[in-house]
Amino acid sequence: MTTLAPSRFQHRSLLEYAALLAVLALVATSLAATAPAPDRLGSGIARLFAPSGLFTQMIPPDFTRIEPIAWKLLETLQMAVAGCFLGLILALPFAILATDRLSPHPLVRHAARAVIALFRTVPDLVWAIIFIIIVGLGPAAGVMAIMVDKIGFAGRFFAEAMEETDPGPQDALRAIGASRLGIIGSAVIPACLPSFTATSLFALEKSVRGSAALGLVGAGGIGVDLKVAFDLFNYDEALAIILMMLVLVIAVEQGSGWIRRKLI
Amino acid sequence: MNAPLPLQALAGSALAEPVLAVAGLCKAFSGRPVLQGLDFALAPGQATALIGANGSGKSTLLRCLVRLIEPSAGAVRLLGRDMRALSPRALRQVRAEVGIVWQRHNLVPRLSALSNVVHGVQARMSGPRAWAQSLAPGLVRDEAMACLARVGLADRALVRVDSLSGGQQQRVAIARMLMQRPAFILADEPDASLDPQTGEEVMSLLLGLVREEGLSLLVISHRLEHTLRYSDRILGLANGRITLDQPTARANAASLRQFFDHAEAA
Repeated sequence: MTTLAPSRFQHRSLLEYAALLAVLALVATSLAATAPAPDRLGSGIARLFAPSGLFTQMIPPDFTRIEPIAWKLLETLQMAVAGCFLGLILALPFAILATDRLSPHPLVRHAARAVIALFRTVPDLVWAIIFIIIVGLGPAAGVMAIMVDKIGFAGRFFAEAMEETDPGPQDALRAIGASRLGIIGSAVIPACLPSFTATSLFALEKSVRGSAALGLVGAGGIGVDLKVAFDLFNYDEALAIILMMLVLVIAVEQGSGWIRRKLI
Repeated sequence: MNAPLPLQALAGSALAEPVLAVAGLCKAFSGRPVLQGLDFALAPGQATALIGANGSGKSTLLRCLVRLIEPSAGAVRLLGRDMRALSPRALRQVRAEVGIVWQRHNLVPRLSALSNVVHGVQARMSGPRAWAQSLAPGLVRDEAMACLARVGLADRALVRVDSLSGGQQQRVAIARMLMQRPAFILADEPDASLDPQTGEEVMSLLLGLVREEGLSLLVISHRLEHTLRYSDRILGLANGRITLDQPTARANAASLRQFFDHAEAA
């Protein structure tokens, strides 16, 4: 007696096929409306490598100003670390207030979620412009922008990690008569520590990448030098700055990856 | 919610005020009755086994006693206090005196055995000093070590609980419960996930607390053998009602089998 194999594909309803068709139509219309035409893309790339093209003028990179660039890179890293640290510290209370089991009231939970979503949705360059108005040009505005961006980023992931923890130990402590803060400090945070660490390290990587761009609007860091190099057509110096930024970002990513593997 | 509370425990000493008195206790989930008017009282210093088939309402009853689940009707008087009339703060104070041993140990997995035991002090102390052994005051650490020694795990104090065996984890949970300095212990099938020998050890440990330290114990039991060996009194729950209430000394295995899903030979 032979056993019949099950149908290769699951039976789908008409509604599911309609939804799939709608998604495909969205992708197709989006590509048609915004993606570059292949011939324009080809000629544009060729222009980059022409004798007077951008790439041709960039090579070889000019490292004559390596020392001031290195100091600016250090400032960029410091902005990232400071902004990230402040953002992570402030993300924790927001995340606690946004978590179903830990929030004191549904209204507080909705308000905390709305604030986190707002911080995450507005781009960090916009935050940088807002903080330049508040604290003036320079790294302080960049630190504040990174901080707000990280509250939005880490707040969401911290809250998700706390939602996913086993409720058993929390219930056991609640049954003992432990306070809400006691339950958070002794059961929730220890259980979430691996996830918090991973999120924090990703936040640091994101901050380092983001802080390089903040200088473009005057919020401190290496971005200012990159903008000036482009404005003065010093494309070879711009390449040197880009390569040094690349080294910094790769070093931070490798370092955080190593820490993640060691800690988690 | 106005049912009169029994003044005396029905079994045990007639003079002693009961540690627990339940009157007309009802609980329904979405209109489906689970507990239907329970009346019983427990004398202090006794081990009482609560038996019943799956779905008979044993765990619901246990949770209703400390208002982890709110009863639909009826009254509970626990350690001399009417549970209906308690403010959130007063409720926390009563819960602090009731040690609960769960079917799953419910320990914080990444922390050491000692830190988990220190958590028990949150019954009477708050703040970060009760969050971990490294932050705890010397006296609290000493008491936590004594509790671990009481369950035979003093040498495993700094081992992460998720690397301990199931029986050892349950013993750490009992040590955490001892750290509360409870007057009354509720145990929800504490031997359910343990092998027979480890289950015996855990049940023996709980009965030891009753015999040696005078604590009162209400334990949900799913093993007929344990029910007969580790209790003074048996309450049988069927269809949301107490249908059996007798001293263990007078119980016989045959009459108890109906309360177990998979009865074993006693």
